Amino acid sequence: MKINDVILRTITKTVVFIILTLGIYLFFAGHHAPGGGFIGGLVLASGIVLLYLAYDIETVHKGMPLDFKKVAALGVLLATGTAIGSLFFDVPFLTQTHSYINVPIFGKMGFSTVTIFEAGVALTVVGVVVTIILSISEDE
Amino acid sequence: MVTVLFAILLPIVCAALIPLLYRRLRRVAHLGWFVLSVPFILFLLLARYIPQIAEGKTFMHTYEWIPSFNINFTTYLDGLSMIFGLLITGVGSLVILYSIFYLSTKESLHHFYCYLLLFMGAMLGVVFSDNLMVLYTFWELTSVSSFLLIAFWHHRKASRAGARKAMTITVFGGLSMLAGFLMLYVASGTFSIREIVANVGIIRDHTLFSPALILILIGAFTKSAQFPFHIWLPDAMEAPTPVSAYLHSATMVKAGIYLVARFSPVFGGEAVWFWLVSVIGLLTLFWGSFNAVRQTDLKALLAFSTISQLGLIMSLFGLGSVGHYYGYAPDTVLYTQASFAALFHLINHSTFKGALFMMVGIVDHEAGTRDIRRLGGLMAIMPITFTIAVIGGFSMAGLPPFNGFLSKEMFFAAVLAMRNVEAFSIADLGLLFPIVAWVASIFTFVYCMILISRTFFGKLRLDKLDKKPHEAPLGMLFSPIILCLFVVGIFFFPNVLGHYILEPAMASIYPTFPSTSELTPHIHAWHGINAELLMTLGVIIIGVILFKTLKSWKPLYRIFPQRYTFNMYYNRMIEFSENSSAKLTNRYMTGNLTHYFVYIYVFFVALIAGYFIWSDASAFNFAKDSTIESYELILVFVMMFAAVWIIFAKGRVTAMLLNGVLGYSIAFFFVIFRAPDLALTQLVVESVTTALFLLCFKYLPDLMPEASRKKKQWSKAIISIFVGATVTLIGLAVVHFDRFKPVATYFNDSYELAGGSNIVNTILGDFRAFDTMLEVVVLLIAGLGVYTLTKLKPRKEETDHENQ
Repeated sequence: MKINDVILRTITKTVVFIILTLGIYLFFAGHHAPGGGFIGGLVLASGIVLLYLAYDIETVHKGMPLDFKKVAALGVLLATGTAIGSLFFDVPFLTQTHSYINVPIFGKMGFSTVTIFEAGVALTVVGVVVTIILSISEDE
Repeated sequence: MVTVLFAILLPIVCAALIPLLYRRLRRVAHLGWFVLSVPFILFLLLARYIPQIAEGKTFMHTYEWIPSFNINFTTYLDGLSMIFGLLITGVGSLVILYSIFYLSTKESLHHFYCYLLLFMGAMLGVVFSDNLMVLYTFWELTSVSSFLLIAFWHHRKASRAGARKAMTITVFGGLSMLAGFLMLYVASGTFSIREIVANVGIIRDHTLFSPALILILIGAFTKSAQFPFHIWLPDAMEAPTPVSAYLHSATMVKAGIYLVARFSPVFGGEAVWFWLVSVIGLLTLFWGSFNAVRQTDLKALLAFSTISQLGLIMSLFGLGSVGHYYGYAPDTVLYTQASFAALFHLINHSTFKGALFMMVGIVDHEAGTRDIRRLGGLMAIMPITFTIAVIGGFSMAGLPPFNGFLSKEMFFAAVLAMRNVEAFSIADLGLLFPIVAWVASIFTFVYCMILISRTFFGKLRLDKLDKKPHEAPLGMLFSPIILCLFVVGIFFFPNVLGHYILEPAMASIYPTFPSTSELTPHIHAWHGINAELLMTLGVIIIGVILFKTLKSWKPLYRIFPQRYTFNMYYNRMIEFSENSSAKLTNRYMTGNLTHYFVYIYVFFVALIAGYFIWSDASAFNFAKDSTIESYELILVFVMMFAAVWIIFAKGRVTAMLLNGVLGYSIAFFFVIFRAPDLALTQLVVESVTTALFLLCFKYLPDLMPEASRKKKQWSKAIISIFVGATVTLIGLAVVHFDRFKPVATYFNDSYELAGGSNIVNTILGDFRAFDTMLEVVVLLIAGLGVYTLTKLKPRKEETDHENQ
């Protein structure tokens, strides 16, 4: 049975960019406003899942040749890496630090190691959600 | 003294490097040549300290590891650890050299040498650690690496079984030893062996002193294969021969002996210690030699002989502990000679048994079998191997001019001396010691003769051999020849060894004795015709008679099926525990999801509702609550409607959509109550799970009306109502709950402390980041679990390679 899903595909083309942008915005907004690594990752993952729903797996994989298991593993590596990294500065495990740096054009900006940690969370969420959904849907 | 720390770390670091480098190294030469450099360098490094150690110096180096728990990485080099350090690196070098010719490049050498180096590092860690916790860690690491090495040919069922048995028994002992160490810590307040030895007078009266003694001894006995824990060692012979020569005769099995020697200044004066160590040792000596005679596999014979020799060394340390009881006095120094003989025999045993194991490996390698019923007449074909066997075998039997003769004589002298000891009421049983020792020595003589004559004399039966035998290559002969040179060399110059190696070790065993030179006797090969010499002569005469008449009395072994008794008990115990745990587990792990939900919910209600009622925290009132708006009421009714409908839904999709209604309504509530984070998360999670459910439903059959009885449905309904009531109770009661200090104070300072004004995320990423980190790990594990469960199903045509 072949479903004609022209409408879904057309809408997906535009909406996916909005969703992905929202995901990235939420990730960075998390520091001071609602958002953060987990929700950002979830939104990104849902965008990618939408792509898979609208198109078939091969097409998406051609445009985005990622092994999402590795994405998840990279995420865990980042999260545990920042945790262990703090030991090298002679501070307790998982100590986070932050500071403000004047960047040209953007002005004063806050930088924090939490961002790396949260990036790890986000990547894990994206990787795991897509891995689970793909491996169930590919199963014959 | 960084050298010792370096000695422990170098093998472990090299073991970690092998998997990375072996592909490149493999093309250059046999991997063993590179690995050989590690123990050889360490041997030279350690040997440089011999003169200083001989002068009575000790070296200590402390690296603070977990100072808050008194756990420091303290390395301690004294006479006793020096002996073991030299044995581990010296025999290690020879064994690796031998293994280069024994193992072909087709084997997975990188695994082999990785495990072997890991073992070497762990074993050096055991003998050089002063901290009990560090010692324990390395102790278990030797068990693990021994497990990996025994199971090196893991396609064989016997290898895996032997590895598991060795692991089970030695780790059981290790755990009991850990308990003993903790008791010692409670009694003494320190993990440092040196401090415990220094404060022994204070801790001796502690109630935990005797339990600690027994628990630590169990650890030592399991590791050193003492009766009745000896059953793992013969099965461990499934390992490649270099491993048997190294771990299971020269080093790892002596870790228990090291522990006994190390702790004899602490426990030495106790009667329990004396009786346990010496009697178990003598029993093991007798049992091992008695059973070695009946073996038909050369390696099994050597395994039982190792058990027996370990028992000999163990019993000598037990006898030597009398010296601690008496303390230092000129006329009781005699009793310390047992410990001296133990140390001496420890070294001698490593030399001749190492040579014998390598000899058996050569026979196995070149003739294709180790079964003495098929072997024979190899003397003419393998003259050098034969010479090695004669030197090693005669030394083990206690004949001159080999080092085994000297230590065997000293052993006889030590047991004879027990007749005059008054402490611990030894004198009553004093005569029993020499008799058991003498009988065991006769059996030792017999099996040594069997080992040599059945392999090398008699008729060569080529039809029974798998290969056409020939002399081994020089490289393979090199290591046993070196060991044989030691066997002979130590006989002629025993006092060099005595002065440089044994004397400082005696100082570590008897730290309270003022002078060590008195403890070190001058070793003579000839000391006139005395009781010891007559005993040796008796051993030879009766041994020869027994060997000649072996056929007529060997059926005796069949009368009592003793060989299998301990193995049978062990197997029954394992079987029983496997069966009963399987029964217990199968009782509640039914595979029925409903059952699992019942466990979870009953536990949840019992714990949470139970706590609230028990602590009387379930009070609530509505007085301070804000008014309920009408739109909130509408939402609530929608949710109630959806929730009740789910129960009566006919199809899965309907139920799932209704569940979605519930989820989105909750998200609405979050919006109303100004929790945008939660609302966002709830919305996205709801969407993603809906997609996931839709995917899964493709594979599920249609929802069937449950054909369960009314009674069951009622019980489910009751559980559900209780769960709902509990959640409602929590929701109402927590508003007034004041048992814990609220964490809200952190939130006010979140911008200052964590640099973020989003409180939720500062909690997730900073204040409680540990939770988040572990959740991320759990998430990955769950994802990989789903992936492997759905993707990596075993295909039917794939055959099972497990049990070849």
